[in-house]
Order: sequence, then C-alpha cells, then structure tokens
Amino acid sequence: MSDIRQTPLHNWHVRQGGRMVDFAGWRMPVQYSGLMDEHVAVRGRAGLFDVSHMGEIRLRGNDALAMVQRLTVNDASIIEDGQAQYTAMVNDEGGIIDDLLVYRMAADEYLLVVNAGTTAKDYQWIESHLQGDVTIANESDDWAQVALQGPAAAAVLSRVVELDLATIGYYRFVVHQYGGQPAIISRTGYTGEDGFEIYLAPAQATEFADAILEAGHDDGVIPAGLGARDTLRLEAGMMLYGNDMDENRSPIEAKLGWIVKPDKGDFIGRDALVRQKTEGTAERIVAFKAVGRGIPRHGYTLLDGQGNRVGEVTSGTFSPTLKEGIGMGYVETALASAEIQIFIEMRGKSVEARTVKPPFYRRQQ
Amino acid sequence: MSPAWRCRTEEFAMADYPDNYQYTAEHEWVSVDGDVGTIGITHHAQDELGDVVFVELPEVGASFEQNAPFGTIESVKAVSDLYAPVSGEVVEINEELVDRPEIVNEDPHGSAWMVRIKFSDPGQIDALLTASDYQALTQE
Repeated sequence: MSDIRQTPLHNWHVRQGGRMVDFAGWRMPVQYSGLMDEHVAVRGRAGLFDVSHMGEIRLRGNDALAMVQRLTVNDASIIEDGQAQYTAMVNDEGGIIDDLLVYRMAADEYLLVVNAGTTAKDYQWIESHLQGDVTIANESDDWAQVALQGPAAAAVLSRVVELDLATIGYYRFVVHQYGGQPAIISRTGYTGEDGFEIYLAPAQATEFADAILEAGHDDGVIPAGLGARDTLRLEAGMMLYGNDMDENRSPIEAKLGWIVKPDKGDFIGRDALVRQKTEGTAERIVAFKAVGRGIPRHGYTLLDGQGNRVGEVTSGTFSPTLKEGIGMGYVETALASAEIQIFIEMRGKSVEARTVKPPFYRRQQ
Repeated sequence: MSPAWRCRTEEFAMADYPDNYQYTAEHEWVSVDGDVGTIGITHHAQDELGDVVFVELPEVGASFEQNAPFGTIESVKAVSDLYAPVSGEVVEINEELVDRPEIVNEDPHGSAWMVRIKFSDPGQIDALLTASDYQALTQE
C-alpha cells in the first residue's frame, strides 16, 4: 500500500477531538464524542460526516451514457439531469467490482461516486473498457465530501446554503456553489435518515464544516465518525463493499436483483446475472438478529440447527437503536429468508439468532 | 455519558488511576482488602473499547488460574476477554453490570468493579504493576 492519505478536513478532525484511524488507505475519524452519542444524534437530530475518501470519476462525451450502460447493471437511461442512481459494476462472471452512485450531470456527462478502497481499481477497469466518444477523469482529489444526515439535516443545511432544499427530492441533486467554488448538494446518504451528501472544493471543506456545526449548534448537530457510520448503515440494512460484497459475490447473491436490469440491453456480466436470476444461486445474503445477549461480529461462523456450518457473518454489531445484536452474512439459499432459526458461533459458544427481513430500522416518515 | 470521561487530557489520566490499586498489562486493576481482591478494567481499557453494552461474568464459586479468561466485555465495536489478574475463587460479582453496563465507561475504577476474588496465592499481588508503571505502559 502507498502512504496513508489525509482528507482536506484532517486538521478539523483533530480540533474536534476525533480519534483518527487508518481506513481504506485514509486517515479517518472513527469517533469524536463517542460512537453511541453520535449514532443517537444522527437518528434524533443530525450528524456531520467527512466522506472525502470516496472517489469521484467523471465520464464526458456523446458516448458517456453508452459507457455507463455497458459498465453498470442498473438502467442509467431512465435518470434525468440532476438525478442519482444506486448501481454496481460487475465483472464477466457477475462478481461485484464496486457499488456506486451514478449522477447524471448532463446528457453527455456522468459522475460516478465509488468507494475509497476501490477507486484506483475502478478507474483502471473503466478506462480499460472505454469506447467511442468519451473521456474519463479521476476527480477524487478535486472533491471534498461531507454528509449531513438526520432529521434536522435539511433545516440546518438551509441556513448555510442559499437553496430551497424542498425542491431537492430523494436521490436528486443540485450543482450549486459554496465559497465561490462549485458544490454538489445531493439528497442521498448511508444512514437510513433524511440527509445530504455535499461535494465541495477541498479548500472550502473546513469553512463549510464549521458553518454547519455553528448553524446546527442549537439543534444538537455534532461531528460523527466511521464507527457511527457503520452502525447506522447496518441498522438501515445497507451493505458495505469489502465486507458484504466483493468480486466473489454477485448482485443476485447480495439481494440487489432490483438494481439489475437485463432488459436495458447488453452490459458486462449480463449473461452471468441473467443465468443467476433464472437458475438461482447456491447462497444469498440474509439479515439476522441475535436472540438474547450476543453480538454478531465480522467473521463469526453461522450454523444451522444441527450445528453444520452454513455461512459466515460479513457485518455485525450491537444496534444502538434496537439494543440487540444484528448482522448479515451469506448462507445457503434455503436459509436466506426471514423467520428462520440459525446459530452464530461466538467465541466457542453457539448463540441462537433469527433471520429477519431488513432493514433493522426504518425511519418514521 | 458524563462529560468527565470525554476529557482525555494527560492531567485527567494521571489523576484517575488510584495509587492504592495494582494493575495488569491486560488493563485490569485490583484493589486488595485482606485476602480478597476487587477487580475491574482500567480507564484506558474502557476508553479503547468505547460504549460498553454487555459484561459477562462468572458464577460465584468459580475458580480461575492467573491470566485465565474469567468473562467477556463487549462494546458496540469490539469484544474482549477479561483475564484473572491473580488465581483464586470468585466470592462476589457485580450484578449491576448486567442492567447498567454503561457504568464501565462512566466509573471504571469505582462502581463498575466486576468481581471479587479470594486469592489462592497472595504472593501474585506483589508482582502486579503500580499505578505509575501502568500509566507508563499505556503511554508507550
């Protein structure tokens, strides 16, 4: 691995008392006041996350849409200017290269927002498949990104940017400006709450973060770290690339069949995914809750009622909202539906768990 | 969570480790009273673990050799064994930790004690770390 990198907000994190750890090649805050505090703040008020480690790759040209269609499993032709789409890139076998957001900036311009640890790999993959009138630019160093998430997010953000946020629907965005520099304000997130992801010029990130905390002070807005981001996304039933998905798992196995659109035409991995859709897969991901005290952790073995190994926990945590152990993992397909008793081997003990239909937590509308 | 434990200054840390306790490299403390030791985890340990959500303790009457795991502690993000700082028999456990595990974060050196052990080899106590030795260890 190359050197550990710092985001434009590094000094801000240190000033805010962030506990810095290495994550996906970046020095990131895992927590500030405490994971539980931050989790509760996001569910009840709002939290501000630095997600500048995420990658941004731009495709431009008359064939940009054709390229996105070939590289991703969802149908990007249905989104309009100012709309974002959750999708995945897969290889010829259907294995997930990355999950990502596609932003339609214009008919001939798309911004792909990819995971931090996969940005270099994704860029190479996309570049190696470029065809026709399209150029690629890795803009990851040109953008800071923060996420303001929680029920108070819209009210607080409206005090900092001059925009009518009510006009930005879910998975919609506006190209705006902050501090005289371009800014993208997107109603997306990874917490299960209402909120925004804001893309900024790196030089503006600190001023923006300070402005949000000041504007949100009376609402109890606090900085939140990767620890809370992980518990929030897991409660919301969202998967994490590298844990719950990788190149050995397909969107069908990951129960992301809803983003796979074979009818849109040919794309990389289409044949494999169509086959999996019709013939099924040996394993699927499933969500579960521990019965009683016990917290599923990444790597723990999943067992059936007879004690046979049926899979492994890919993500697990104590749910701060539900006050119980929750997790997900791949199991044989027969066990991958709700209300099935399974067991989790926790440090030599077999602990009962029950499969559930995700999400574990759904916000009140 | 009390504001006090959020304070992570050196001064707070120095003041926070009672001189009359013994400590281990596994981040436990022992407070000796005759042939019984009260055992808990250190401020440093709870700070590393973060929000504690479960503490699993042994039955009264169970015996443990020095350095053997006698229980587990789980925070939101991690799970850790609790190791017996000395050999002996458990004579009391802190039942309050079952319902209020968060006191481990709030008062690790006081009300969040975990077990009381009757020593089978009191000589083991002398080999444990002093408060200043332990703090030197955590600041390495």
